[in-house]
Amino acid sequence: MTLQWISVRNLMRRKGKAAFILAGLVIGVGTSVGILTYVNAVGHDILHKLDQYGANILIVPRTESLSLSYGGLALGGVSFELEEIREAELTRLASIPNAGNIAALGPLVLGVTELEGRRILVAGVDFAAAAILKPWWKAHGSLPGPNEVLLGAEAARVLNLSAGDRLPVGDARLTVSGVLEPTGSQDDQLAFTRLADAQRVFNKQGRVSMAEVAALCKDCPIEEMVQQIAEVLPGAKVMAIQQVVKSRLEMLAHFEKFAYGISAVVLLIGTLVVLVTMMGSVRERTSEIGIFRAIGFRRSHVMRIVFLEAGIVSVAAGAIGYGLGVASARLAFYFGGEGHPAHVPFAVETAAAALVLSVTLGLLASAYPALMAARMDPNDALRAL
Amino acid sequence: MTRCGRFEAEAEMSTIVAENLVKTFGSGATAVTAVSGVSFRIDPGEFVGIMGASGAGKSTLLGMIGAMSAPSSGRLIVDEIDVYALPLERQADFRREYLGFVFQGFHLVPYLTALENVMLPLAVTARGRREKQDAAAAALEGVGLGGKARRLPGELSGGEKERVAVARAIVNEPPVLLADEPTGNLDSKTGAEIMGLFRKLNGAGMTIIMVTHSAECAANARRLITVADGRVSGDRPLALN
Ligand SMILES: Nc1ncnc2c1ncn2[C@@H]1O[C@H](COP(=O)(O)OP(=O)(O)OP(=O)(O)O)[C@@H](O)[C@H]1O
Ligand SMILES: [Mg+2]
Repeated sequence: MTLQWISVRNLMRRKGKAAFILAGLVIGVGTSVGILTYVNAVGHDILHKLDQYGANILIVPRTESLSLSYGGLALGGVSFELEEIREAELTRLASIPNAGNIAALGPLVLGVTELEGRRILVAGVDFAAAAILKPWWKAHGSLPGPNEVLLGAEAARVLNLSAGDRLPVGDARLTVSGVLEPTGSQDDQLAFTRLADAQRVFNKQGRVSMAEVAALCKDCPIEEMVQQIAEVLPGAKVMAIQQVVKSRLEMLAHFEKFAYGISAVVLLIGTLVVLVTMMGSVRERTSEIGIFRAIGFRRSHVMRIVFLEAGIVSVAAGAIGYGLGVASARLAFYFGGEGHPAHVPFAVETAAAALVLSVTLGLLASAYPALMAARMDPNDALRAL
Repeated sequence: MTRCGRFEAEAEMSTIVAENLVKTFGSGATAVTAVSGVSFRIDPGEFVGIMGASGAGKSTLLGMIGAMSAPSSGRLIVDEIDVYALPLERQADFRREYLGFVFQGFHLVPYLTALENVMLPLAVTARGRREKQDAAAAALEGVGLGGKARRLPGELSGGEKERVAVARAIVNEPPVLLADEPTGNLDSKTGAEIMGLFRKLNGAGMTIIMVTHSAECAANARRLITVADGRVSGDRPLALN
């Protein structure tokens, strides 16, 4: 017979109350963990994608509808089916004042092909430019020659193709020259072919879907180059990738503030639930506490019983809240289209923080009820029955 | 008296001295003086009955003797300890070391078994698990309930509950047992059993102070204090019967 035992037995008897306190804390902790985890994961993801991206300026056709996501970044307003940039216009880039800062210009023709019912995005690229734009590319096999195609790692796996196999694209049957090592970017899902081949099979001679520019921009303001390119290509939309990332991060920061506000409110409500339930529980136990005091429990012993109960429930709530929080962050991440749920990791620090938060709130909310219990006059408490 | 709350060296014997105890509830026009100036001395090993009309102040007086309710004025001295001059936490220690209570009504903890209820006073002592269990089992055995140790209070009869309450009061082997109407809720046969138990404990040297309405019960005591309107109206020895 110990104080812990009394706490445990009381919790077991008042399962409903214990469940209520648990729920209050789980909802609060779960919401906070979920939001924190989601925001962190999305933020990491954005930065990771920025790292994966070699080009820092994108040139895309102006359009009203349809959005294209390239490199996992929603770029807005692009449709490779409907609009194109004329390839010849791209030569104007050489005339901009900061032309010397352009390290590489990579025109891109996009089209879709199908193999055994699976759709795959085919990109016609300039492999010389690609070497600068995507220096991390490593191909097993060789870069494609005429009528050949290089597959992203995912694409090769899904289509079950390897070097020497054939991939029908439009009227042509292209030979797989090699497979890229996984890059962790969207490139894994694409098939790459020479620009001229893609233009031919997709019937887009002289046109490109978009262009990527790698700028050597240690000492040049990227915004100025964007401005200059936009002036020579009035029909296109010119964007600095950083801006895209920045605006997404800003949106995330706004969401973050809003979400933290909400979790603060939910935590407050959870804490109040604990407080009110604990108060009720202490009142209900008036005569019991009278017995404890009468047979020689100190005030501190009575407080310890109450705190022990709160502590046990809080630890459980911290663990459950953490689990539910991460699970809901994963669901949101997945259904929000951000990526694979496994990109939302279980983090020891967050788990520890969830436990600390839960226990702190649980004990804080129990402090007043515990004090009330300890302050009860044993004589009055016994008379109460 | 040591720091960690053990009075045991002194707790072998216990002389209880009430010095002009007064207890007033409330203040001003609504003030009720439940006990107004009670003095007595109770020596170790006495069996004292306290009788009086309902509302006379018996329970209030017992609460003061029991270190549970500070008097408005006056002192309670037990073995030269001025009980209400102790800090509150030390008063709790004093109750644990010196006193056993049997309350008006049973006051068992409903979610603990009979054995656990009896063990309750030991929960805040440093004894080992085994030792606590043995002491509680022995106390239950002593009140003749050895076979019902695992029952919850809800599964016990009134008399059995009362006996569990007595076992809990004596498990710590306190020198003094305080009882407020221990037979109030029992039929006369069960009441007589409890009284037999009290006489046995008293025979073993335990001081017993028992509030009762029943003259039959009071006849088990060796001294009878009568209370009327918060004052001692009589105090006489009783012949052994
Ligand atoms: N906490 C309290 N607040 C106000 N008045 C109280 C309180 N406790 C007791 N009293 C009053 O003090 C008086 C004595 O009460 P007490 O309980 O001591 O009587 P009693 O002799 O034990 O009666 P009974 O035999 O009915 O148990 C009563 O008038 C009661 O109303
Ligand atoms: Mg009474």
